[in-house]
Amino acid sequence: MSSQGTVAEPPPTSTSMPATSTQAAPPGPPRRPQSRGGKTPWRVALRRDWQLYSLAVLPLLFFLIFRYLPMAGNVIAFRTFRPGGSIFGEEWVGLRYVEMFLNDPAFWNVFWNTIILGTLTLVFVFPMPIILALLLNEVRVRYFKRFVQTVSYLPHFLSIVIIAGMLMQLLSLEGTVNQIVTALGGDAIPFLQQPEWFRTVYVSSEVWQTVGWGTILYLAALTTIDPQLYEAARIDGANRWRQTWHVTLPGIRPTMIVLLILNIGTFMALGFEKILLIYNPLTYPTADVIATYLYRIGLESNNFSYAAAIGLFEAIIGLTLILSANAISRRAVGTSLW
Amino acid sequence: MVTVDPTKVADRIARPSTGGIRDSRGYRIFQVFNTVALLGVVVITLYPFVNIIAQSFSGESYIRSGQVNLIPRGFNVTTYELVMSDSMFWTSYRNTVVYTVVATLIAMVLTTCYAYVLSKKHLRGRTFLIGIAVFTMFFNGGLIPNYVLVTSLGLKNTLWAIVLPNAISVFNLLVMKSFFENLPTELEEAAKIDGLNTYKTLWYVVLPLSKAVVATMVLFYSVAYWNSWFQAFLYMDRAELFPVTVYLRNLIAGANASGAGLGSSDLAQVASNIQAVTMVLTVLPILFVYPFIQRYFVSGVMLGSVKQ
Repeated sequence: MSSQGTVAEPPPTSTSMPATSTQAAPPGPPRRPQSRGGKTPWRVALRRDWQLYSLAVLPLLFFLIFRYLPMAGNVIAFRTFRPGGSIFGEEWVGLRYVEMFLNDPAFWNVFWNTIILGTLTLVFVFPMPIILALLLNEVRVRYFKRFVQTVSYLPHFLSIVIIAGMLMQLLSLEGTVNQIVTALGGDAIPFLQQPEWFRTVYVSSEVWQTVGWGTILYLAALTTIDPQLYEAARIDGANRWRQTWHVTLPGIRPTMIVLLILNIGTFMALGFEKILLIYNPLTYPTADVIATYLYRIGLESNNFSYAAAIGLFEAIIGLTLILSANAISRRAVGTSLW
Repeated sequence: MVTVDPTKVADRIARPSTGGIRDSRGYRIFQVFNTVALLGVVVITLYPFVNIIAQSFSGESYIRSGQVNLIPRGFNVTTYELVMSDSMFWTSYRNTVVYTVVATLIAMVLTTCYAYVLSKKHLRGRTFLIGIAVFTMFFNGGLIPNYVLVTSLGLKNTLWAIVLPNAISVFNLLVMKSFFENLPTELEEAAKIDGLNTYKTLWYVVLPLSKAVVATMVLFYSVAYWNSWFQAFLYMDRAELFPVTVYLRNLIAGANASGAGLGSSDLAQVASNIQAVTMVLTVLPILFVYPFIQRYFVSGVMLGSVKQ
């Protein structure tokens, strides 16, 4: 969180870098200076590798300015802010803006919308690629399998603007979906104007966008399962279904867990851009999430400090979620991101 | 977590056949069901594309009365002529191309340099340098501080507002880093003995060996920049600076707001066939290159998933 991104540039002082000092120097004969894990003195490292360090200068400047400076810029959540003034605000006001959103009913509405939409995404969007990968895995005709894969990856390459446009065409009163509805004897539904339909629209379009692309890692994991395990299961009398349950699923479990952790980490960061494109004031009661709310508060009403306080709150929840999901998974099943 | 050769995955059939033993009746029924289900996936994925293509060649009155699904009604190309005669459309299109090329170029330089540095396992401070990048995957400044920063740097209404804030994707960085780590070290050592410095080694020895990953990264970045709209939407105030995605967004937003009875003065109701044509023209370059670039993307994703 600190913005010490420049310390690795030459010539840094010898103690400014804590990260590598944790590896204990191995006892015994001294190792060659370039051996991995050994502690090269900074003086030597700089003389030998200054050209490498120099290649890191511009990327580090990027991280410092466009990643770590905005993190520090979050102090405006606790300070007043004047547009055109300092990016770190004018004067301290303590927790005024935090109290403000905690007492704002509109905030709690978007907070629960975010939780509900995030949960629905996790429950419905996350398992779909696993199911599709298992189905693809049973296909014997190689060309058919490749054809389905190629087609199902396609939505991943589209701009979200295109996807929003397609959604509006399909869900309009005279669109294909409503033609089906009326053909079945129902009345045409203005899907994108009704709050009670928003979650269905959001989640199902999310499945459409991501299901194919999401299979890639599972299909790769499936190919690493030892065929002898299937052989053994068959000898033990397991039918196809039981082979899937006892061999295939345990085989892709590490992949499932890693992707689940990543999904939990992005729980709060819903498809902000998609919501921004397809929601409208009529659907705010269900469609408005923290990200869209703070966008309107900050950039349409110019309450920068208030919006920054909400954004910081959201980012901290996100970080907490991924850290705890990772810790739980390491304890419980021994798989973790780091 | 995944250690297979990415190029072989598509061809391997993971589950062995039963080796001459006939499948059970239940399994054969499942195979039929499975084929139908997968064909269903194909149809549902492709339908929206077919639908907008059909609409783009149709008359507006046929779309309004809900008669256009798979086949154009009232076939015409005048809508295409209309959209393509709008100079604003071409301005936006040219902007998209310029933004994509410049942004990809800068992103490639920064990503390649940093990935090369991070791939050197002997480097003192390497863990810290990796940490600086990886931490930003899980925590970022957020929308408002970023907006304030870009504005106060005076980047609004310039190309740099789009290029600089997203110049390095950490995911791409890690993909490149793991590729460089797996290159044989002998050639670099030979280059060093021949007296090449680090920069020349990177340029003349490492990069020529890395054409595959460089191509993959160029595609990752350029598709992402081509498709992006939000940066431009935030930081561009003048229509002549919009990329084509923002141009399209404004057409769609106008239609959506009017559909909700909320039409505001700056957003005009735009006919569905014009929207459809603009969508087709925006997506066309992606559809053209898609069959050729798809496998690079797949292999890139798998390179990136190799646990660090």
